[in-house]
Amino acid sequence: MITAANLLIPMASDGEFHAPGISEFLGLPALFFEGTPFEINRIILVRLVAIAVMMLLFWLALRKPSLIPGRNQSIAELALGFVQVQIADQILGKEMGRRYLPLLAGLFFGILAMNVTGVVPFMNISGTSIIAMPLLLGLVAYVVFIYAGIKGVGAGKFFKNSLFPAGVPWPIYILLAPIEFINIFIVRPLSLALRLLLNMMVGHLLLVLCFSATNFFFFTAGGWASLFGVGTLAFGFIFTFVEFAVYILQAYIFTLLTAVYVQQAVAEEH
Amino acid sequence: MPELVLAEAETNPFLPAIYDITWSLVVLLVVMVFFVRFAIPRFRQILDDRAEAIEGNIAKADDAQRKAEAALEQYTAQLAEARIEAGQIREQARADGQQILAELREQASSEAARITATAKVQIEAERQAAVLSLRSEVGSLAIDLASGVIGESLNDDARASAMVDRFLADIESSENAAPSAGKN
Repeated sequence: MITAANLLIPMASDGEFHAPGISEFLGLPALFFEGTPFEINRIILVRLVAIAVMMLLFWLALRKPSLIPGRNQSIAELALGFVQVQIADQILGKEMGRRYLPLLAGLFFGILAMNVTGVVPFMNISGTSIIAMPLLLGLVAYVVFIYAGIKGVGAGKFFKNSLFPAGVPWPIYILLAPIEFINIFIVRPLSLALRLLLNMMVGHLLLVLCFSATNFFFFTAGGWASLFGVGTLAFGFIFTFVEFAVYILQAYIFTLLTAVYVQQAVAEEH
Repeated sequence: MPELVLAEAETNPFLPAIYDITWSLVVLLVVMVFFVRFAIPRFRQILDDRAEAIEGNIAKADDAQRKAEAALEQYTAQLAEARIEAGQIREQARADGQQILAELREQASSEAARITATAKVQIEAERQAAVLSLRSEVGSLAIDLASGVIGESLNDDARASAMVDRFLADIESSENAAPSAGKN
């Protein structure tokens, strides 16, 4: 993956077309508090604005709750109802789903808000496209499912269920236990974080590639090459919609997997 | 060491920069607090209130219906009772009327019988009186007539009245015999 990412480092060799690369995400100029742990660059700002807007919308919609909801309240209820019904209740059941709903809703709408900025004009980048945010979210999922397991069935049983799944002849455990350990306690949080991060990075690079190529064909190359620009513009247009779907899907997958991990952790048997 | 991490983070997308971690934490905390303290409790409150309102309205409607049914039942019962009562009253009135009529009829007939009886008694008394007066008058007239005819003085009162009495007794006995002979 490191090598794949290195391929994205700017290819500023031909002097004519600069393909977008890792510099889209890293080494951005600081806007505020340069050099401090509170340094704010473009992506951090986008991240802050995204969650501020998301919370503002929810606050406006739920500020004056009414039995007969207005349009905003209906939309907010629909959105929260989606997480409640499709993720919390469906995976965890009514009782556990109720306890974990705030966490799952926070994950879903936090990720969604920070993802969606990737197609918002003038922001054009996802708040989750630099590593700390996805990593921290993965860490939250990790801590939560281990906590749920220890609290739900006790530490001993949780680790036994996790590392020594029932219904397997014991010699297999020599092989299975280390694999399960790596899978559950290392791969799970990392895969959550990297899946989100890379989807956001690649999606952004695809869009930038399409639109910068369009720009190049129209204004730098000119002539017959402009025809290619029409094609790349169309691709950019299509990918904008694809990315929008990906943003929703990634928020959903992240939240769903967190719920599934919690459910597995508290299950009596795997 | 932090400088190294920062420098690394400039080119390696999988190493987080310090400020990135800081702001991720801030964002996470704020979002979680918002959902735990505001959004989800408010969402639940809305749903609970709505469920409660719906249940309340259903209960209210049920209650109203039950009341209406009870009232209807009561009215129906009262109506039936009233009908029965009216029937009884009518029956009573009819019975009373008949009794009154019968009493009146009886009274009238007894009155009539009494009047008839009184009249009969009166007629009998008058007849007796008439017979008595006739007996004395007819006696003297007959004697006057007879003495005129036979020229014999019948002024001897004792003999005359004895003769008249005998004569009248003869008439009475013949009168009494005639109806019985007529019947035979």
